[in-house]
Amino acid sequence: MKTHRSVAEKVFDIVNICILIVIMIAASYPLLYIIFSSLSVPSQLAGYNNILYRPLGLQFDAYYAVLHNKPILIGYRNTIVYTIVGTSLNLIFTTTLAYALSRRGLMLRNSLMIMIVITMFFSGGLIPTYLVMKQLGIVNTWISMVFPGLIGTYNLIIMRTYFQSIPEALEESARIDGASEMKIMVRIMIPLSMPIIAVMILYYGVGHWNSWFNASIYLTKSSLYPLQLVLRNILVTGNTDDLLTSLGTIKGRDMSEIVKSAAIVIATVPILVLYPFLTEVFRQGCHDRRNKRIRIPNGFAQDSFFNLHCSG
Amino acid sequence: MNESIMSKMGSSILPRNKVNVLKRLTRDIIKNKAIYLIALPGIMYYIIYYYWPMLGVTIAFKSFVASKGVFGSPWIGLEHFVNFFKSYYFTRILRNTLVISFYSIVIGFPAPIILALLLNEVRNQVFKRVVQTVTYMPHFISVVVVSGMIIAFTQKQGLFNDVLSVLGVPRENWLLNADWFRAIFVGSDIWQEIGWGSIIYLAALTGIDSSLYEAAKIDGAGRWKQLIHITLPGLLPTIIILLILRMGFVMNVGFEKVILLYSPSTYEKADVISSFVYRKGIIEANYSYATAVGFFNSAVNFIFLLSANKLSKKYSESSLF
Repeated sequence: MKTHRSVAEKVFDIVNICILIVIMIAASYPLLYIIFSSLSVPSQLAGYNNILYRPLGLQFDAYYAVLHNKPILIGYRNTIVYTIVGTSLNLIFTTTLAYALSRRGLMLRNSLMIMIVITMFFSGGLIPTYLVMKQLGIVNTWISMVFPGLIGTYNLIIMRTYFQSIPEALEESARIDGASEMKIMVRIMIPLSMPIIAVMILYYGVGHWNSWFNASIYLTKSSLYPLQLVLRNILVTGNTDDLLTSLGTIKGRDMSEIVKSAAIVIATVPILVLYPFLTEVFRQGCHDRRNKRIRIPNGFAQDSFFNLHCSG
Repeated sequence: MNESIMSKMGSSILPRNKVNVLKRLTRDIIKNKAIYLIALPGIMYYIIYYYWPMLGVTIAFKSFVASKGVFGSPWIGLEHFVNFFKSYYFTRILRNTLVISFYSIVIGFPAPIILALLLNEVRNQVFKRVVQTVTYMPHFISVVVVSGMIIAFTQKQGLFNDVLSVLGVPRENWLLNADWFRAIFVGSDIWQEIGWGSIIYLAALTGIDSSLYEAAKIDGAGRWKQLIHITLPGLLPTIIILLILRMGFVMNVGFEKVILLYSPSTYEKADVISSFVYRKGIIEANYSYATAVGFFNSAVNFIFLLSANKLSKKYSESSLF
């Protein structure tokens, strides 16, 4: 069947696509610019006052400097450790509490839920929280990188909603077969929740990878610094001397901006690469779910991210 | 007569009820001990990380002495609040917080909605997915890196100036110009979150009944009419809920980016309540005063949330609670 479209409709489509292309360029160009400048030869870039659309010349010295810089390497290692350990703990704490709160007929369920939701709007604030961390003696230890934000309340609500959407009949039959609570959770509920767990890995993992503020207030030992805090000293404070020494002083002077770009690329690319992989997990999970005819609830705001992947 | 009977009944019933609740609760805990045990670590976390600091808020009314601790320090009443309200900073940071928040609601809030509507009109699914993926990307970049990019781009030899000089605008270090701080702040927020923010609206759009569109087409509605009469009303509940949530955080301007980007030359327009709390509390170790300012912040925030919720309950069906 051929659909006839009026001239006005065609014009509309063309204008729309043009606008979207402009938005796409605006969204991606700053990153492309950083990549281009990280590869450019400093002397050529310094005098260049036009818009970059390719690297000017080609050098990898900046990457050499970044990858041989001790604070960056230590920060990188710390960030990987914090991200893996932190995300694992996030998952354990969030899943167990969400699971418990999704059980029907639990007397304290609603009061606990209210207690948790209150924290979304009320909290002690920066200073009292800091004082508690100090009292607990976890300031200046790796625990202070993991403990705050052990459970994100939004994420908890999303997971709970998800657990609630799994048909009761499944666990009933397991219970009749003599499965314990633990077994029901580990063997039935969690395997059925893999797509939402993938979403959680994405949210929590990105959070750990990108976090710097807690580190800046809780850590003073530089051997514990995460990558982002090292980056702040380089990008925001503008302290690139340390990075440039490995390149020798003469080369160093023009190199400052380019080394910064290389540091940005090194810090950001892993997280951007991770994303498409996880998207695949969502799609897979949604496919399974649709086949098993489990309804996805119209839940809390953020789980629409999940809904979108399942409806597309 | 009646009253005495009532009070008699009351006095005999109430305690028994209490006993019953306790009994039922113990029975419930014993019966579901596995589930309560599973929940325990999470509950402990909330108590330690959220409720314990709430007790610490009392230092806003005390003269905090580190050696005496939160509970041992002497009470001084509202002194810190009075000092804050009287200080030069009060109007400055309150104004800055509200203005930045206002800009980001008026300009930043509709941006993802518009992107979602534009994307919704795209017929080519591959193109749509590419646009989405590209516009999500900035969301995954850390504040530190975004701030670093802003600092680099707004320099005299930076990208902004390269672009602007094509239009004949003289080169300037934009970040050191207080008048431009808010525009840079809100603009970079939109750049970072527009794609991610549009996801929720796109999800809501897929939920609109497609038979409505067919009916409209038969009635002769063009795409503009369909947008006005079907798409927008279909999105409205989502928009309202998100707007209320946003209103609840009016006073929480993304302060991580503020403290990364501001400098003494831009304090006048850039300093917001939370960055002020950070400076007074963490850097100057003025704990009690900073806590008082933070407490004022959350109180105002809560009032905003309640009023926004009430308004929306009155004028539309959707509300948070």
